[in-house]
Amino acid sequence: MKPIGPKPRPRRFHQASWDEPVIFELSRPGQRGVLLPPVEAEIEREVGHPARELPGTLRRTTPPALPELSQNQVLRHYARLSQETLGVDLNPDIGQGTCTMKYSPKVNEQLARNPRLTELHPLQDEATVQGILEVMHRLEAMLGEISGMDRVTLQPGAGSAAIYANVCMIRACQAARGQGERDEVITTIFSHPSNAAAARVAGYRVITLYPDADGYPDLEALKAAVSPRTAGLLITNPEDTGIFNPRIAEFVRVVHEAGGLCSYDQANANGILGITRAREAGFDLCHFNLHKTFSTPHGCGGPGAGACGVTAELAPFLPVPTVECDDGRYRLDYERPQSIGKVRPFYGVTPNLLRAYAWIMSLGAAGLRRVAEIAVLNNNYLLHQVLQIRGVSAPYAAGKRRIEQVRYSWEQLARDTGVRSEDLEIRVADYGMHYWTSHHPFVVPEPMTLEPTESYSRADLDDYAAVLRQISDEAYSRPEVVTTAPHRSTVHRTRQESFDDPDQWAVTWRAYLRKTGQDRG
Amino acid sequence: MAPKRLGLIVNPVAGLGGRVGLKGSDGPEIQRRALALGAVPRAGERAAAALKPLRPLAGAFDLLAAPGAMGESIARQAGFAPRVLPATGPAAGGVTGPEDTRAAARAMQQAGADLVLFAGGDGTARDVCDAVGTGLTVLGVPAGVKIHSAAYAVSPAAAGRLAAAYLEGDRALRREAEVIDLDEDAYRRGRIATVLHGYLMVPYRRGAVQNQKVPTPAGEEAQARAVAAEVVDRLVPGRAYLLGPGTTTRAVAARLGLPKTLVGVDVVTGGELLAADVAERDVLALLDRRPLGLILSPIGGQGFLLGRGNQQITPEVIRRVERAHLLVACPSAKLAALRGHPLLVDTGDQQVDALLAGYLEVITGYRDTAMYRVAAGGEGDENLEAS
Ligand SMILES: Cc1ncc(COP(=O)(O)O)c(C=O)c1O
Repeated sequence: MKPIGPKPRPRRFHQASWDEPVIFELSRPGQRGVLLPPVEAEIEREVGHPARELPGTLRRTTPPALPELSQNQVLRHYARLSQETLGVDLNPDIGQGTCTMKYSPKVNEQLARNPRLTELHPLQDEATVQGILEVMHRLEAMLGEISGMDRVTLQPGAGSAAIYANVCMIRACQAARGQGERDEVITTIFSHPSNAAAARVAGYRVITLYPDADGYPDLEALKAAVSPRTAGLLITNPEDTGIFNPRIAEFVRVVHEAGGLCSYDQANANGILGITRAREAGFDLCHFNLHKTFSTPHGCGGPGAGACGVTAELAPFLPVPTVECDDGRYRLDYERPQSIGKVRPFYGVTPNLLRAYAWIMSLGAAGLRRVAEIAVLNNNYLLHQVLQIRGVSAPYAAGKRRIEQVRYSWEQLARDTGVRSEDLEIRVADYGMHYWTSHHPFVVPEPMTLEPTESYSRADLDDYAAVLRQISDEAYSRPEVVTTAPHRSTVHRTRQESFDDPDQWAVTWRAYLRKTGQDRG
Repeated sequence: MAPKRLGLIVNPVAGLGGRVGLKGSDGPEIQRRALALGAVPRAGERAAAALKPLRPLAGAFDLLAAPGAMGESIARQAGFAPRVLPATGPAAGGVTGPEDTRAAARAMQQAGADLVLFAGGDGTARDVCDAVGTGLTVLGVPAGVKIHSAAYAVSPAAAGRLAAAYLEGDRALRREAEVIDLDEDAYRRGRIATVLHGYLMVPYRRGAVQNQKVPTPAGEEAQARAVAAEVVDRLVPGRAYLLGPGTTTRAVAARLGLPKTLVGVDVVTGGELLAADVAERDVLALLDRRPLGLILSPIGGQGFLLGRGNQQITPEVIRRVERAHLLVACPSAKLAALRGHPLLVDTGDQQVDALLAGYLEVITGYRDTAMYRVAAGGEGDENLEAS
């Protein structure tokens, strides 16, 4: 018998493509999954009719416009869609930079799905949920240690929500200081855009700083921007370019001197765990995304979990309730008159809190630092591999190493071949990998943002780099192969400009029907 | 080794229309009108500024010049002893036209020029391109009203320095640069769109050659509307404002319910159009009567805030507008397209340029601004790294 030959690299891949309609389009009147029997007279006599027992205010006057399908149609529909995805359980998921797509250990899934957690109800008496309150209390203390902050809340449901909570605390604190008229927030263009967005939602004017000639946040611009109107600074560090701001303490000092408060976006702290802390840089507030740094699943956009850390001065403004411990008994404290209130129902996304707690416990302090070291090592290994590929560069901070991610540029490839980063994004999916450009606007031309985290092996990184190399070769030899992709995957080419035009997008089926003039209701 | 040959072609009428509010300088009729309106030819001055950094190298290369005002006289004034190429254009000695530029470019090619500096605007680049394509290495000295083409250096001085570096041996660095001009059809329909006319071979150093101007994509319109809303919120009631050219400023006018001259300067108050398409003279007369504010938006891709396409806003005008009433508007995507380059001012007056240099709060959206660098475009900007 002959041994099996080696597999080609990049590996052969072909994705299922079902041309699957939207579920509403599959609906036919009268199709049913389960036929419920009518309530029997005897039962109705005993317990009443369930619908009629409901108070009038809870009853719909018209039935909901749900799609009507049989059970196997529903199953088939979602099974097919699941075959048209990529993700951390299918491919080395390093192409979604800034998002820290690390592996979520399955053992933590088992914990989070344990009925002893899933059967809890948030309205249960405190005395009956001491265990999960203890987990929260301990997790807060751990994140306090990791950030250096005095108090932590676990309530926000995502990173953006955590930033928003921080902005609200800045506003409350400035008001308490008698500085409520401060109406400007400063951020940088390579800070995650949720910072500017959260400040806007909270009613602030936003001043954005652009990089200096070396690609670092521009300190002189910051000095020009601060004024008696400055409420605070919201800044990501390392920035989305993977470059660490070496003057971060100076930034904080300048803003403090102008009377502003400083909030550190550490959503992605993966490269700095156990190495540098918000406290030492002088920040007043910070936040983590538990679904990035602390391994909990991103859940395709939710629910994630955010944690905010603050100094003692900001602690009175934390959302309610806080988890307190008196003599070994845990309780929820709502009596906090200066609190900004609630930013999410109840206490946060509890299953994720448990996953993050388990992840930290399994690693310990030394393990967390190892995570950061490996993430940085992986990133710089990949950087080295990618820079060997024709047509790609890593703008800014030339010759310097990066922290946990890199925002690359395919500008040279685009100039040489006419193939754009958005073409690569689609072609990469033909090789069973995922790829992301950057947030808009594209400050780095033809951008690509890669973040390998600590989860992937050297072989995984080599596989990814091999795909990029292959596609670069294609672009230089047969560019039409790339510009006409996809050939083996399900992704679509979208017209991105339409995202800016409210007449051309719809986020619900009903909005779609209305905007296309098909709404009969 | 034989000395290198540097050519010089000047379009003497380039830029004539700018200061007097005409949209270009193409055609003898416009040129006559411009001169009647008091326009002073500036192209020669710009070409001379480009020759200045080349003076120290004078013995090391031969200067070839087109005849008369098309090069020769400027070269002599700048202290060179040029070899004058035989006049080959049909209108040699008379009023110059596109055919003269084309003929001069062909003559330079035949004479074996290593590099040709040509001073003009987009029309001039088009003429050079028609004559020699990429068969000759050339570099534009910005002197025209419209400069969208990437074949131009960011300033006359930058052109001179880049030429010097090239003659001194930096020969390998060349690239094809786009020659683009306004799409006249689209322009008449009220949209700024550029058309690609062809390519010229230019010496290249990062930051020294103009970024190709990017036309405003459809998605930016929504952004421009948001920017306009913020600008209008900031207008001081009762004050009149000069509204510079461009699509962003047009959005401001639209927000005010007013028409806008797309490539001209208008004067507006909160609710009415005081004057359309004004020249420097009109602005100065207005300034004598009342204080004015100034609303500008940079030219996409190049970042010129002043000195390209809005020469009506002269140093004299800028001096008389208070800094607090200078509003600069630029959608964030357009600012990002500058790739880290500062906004540039090249008013022709170094003091005024220096006055504007530093950091400026640019309106990038509704309640949204950027603290952005402004530099003098006529200075050493070729050292600025593109990202
Ligand atoms: C640095 C940074 N800040 C904030 C966020 C926003 O977090 P979320 O997506 O959970 O709202 C992200 C996520 O992309 C991020 O990378």
